[in-house]
Amino acid sequence: MIVILRQPHHRTLLVLVLATAAAFWMRSDNLVGLGIGASTLAIAYWKGRLVILDFMELRHAPLIWRALIEGWLLLVCGLIFAFYAVGQGAL
Amino acid sequence: MSSIASTTDTELGRDARRLPGDPDVWIFIFAELLMFGAFFVAYIVNWMGHREVYTAAQTTLDRSFGLINTIFLIVSSWSVVSALKAARANRPRHVAPFLGFAIALGISFMGVKYFEYSAKLDSGIDLTTDDFHMFYFCLTGIHLLHVIAGTVILIVCWTNARQGAYHRDNIRGLETGASYWHMVDLLWIFLFPLLYLLR
Repeated sequence: MIVILRQPHHRTLLVLVLATAAAFWMRSDNLVGLGIGASTLAIAYWKGRLVILDFMELRHAPLIWRALIEGWLLLVCGLIFAFYAVGQGAL
Repeated sequence: MSSIASTTDTELGRDARRLPGDPDVWIFIFAELLMFGAFFVAYIVNWMGHREVYTAAQTTLDRSFGLINTIFLIVSSWSVVSALKAARANRPRHVAPFLGFAIALGISFMGVKYFEYSAKLDSGIDLTTDDFHMFYFCLTGIHLLHVIAGTVILIVCWTNARQGAYHRDNIRGLETGASYWHMVDLLWIFLFPLLYLLR
């Protein structure tokens, strides 16, 4: 198992699956509230960044492309969180 | 965070700061991301005004379907990365099996969606039922079309790979198909929590 995880893309796969399970567990355990929603969005942001950098290989892409795609991720996650927080009455 | 995977320039086998695949596909990918980003924001803005409707409607979804499909796409993306690494390592015979596995997972995703849509339609729920289901059917339907297109692209790559076409000196076509497939995975990473989890 440890030998397999020496490969970076195997580690990324493991983290993505565990993060997905964590987000699913938070919802299925009937936990509610802004903190749970924010955690769910944070996990989605983290997973998205891993896919962008490690699977799409933008970690080694020209900076303009990395900035464009990571900027999209940050903007979309930020807007979703802002509207979600307003909907929850937190802002 | 920044070093879960750190593919080295040596692994890439070329100079640093290189965009994988055809640069034109990245313009297409960015346009697709902008379009779906607008969909995601439209969904959450509509959610703000109809929270009770959305919460009630969301309970009709089987979250297990969403979870299974998320795992399918994540593992398929990993399999495509493995195919690319095999080609870069000049092991062309190892490329096709990884692509075949990714294709099988893409088809499995479609199968799960078929059962999910069938269950909804059989119980009288469609995209006119309420705002939540309008977004649910439209967003997942448009994404499903991308899964179908991505699977067709992977099948073309797989056909080429079976003939030993991809190796260290001929990788661009495979990188282009892989980049599109990862975008399909990236979009679902947001559709899953938005539609199935967030309330």
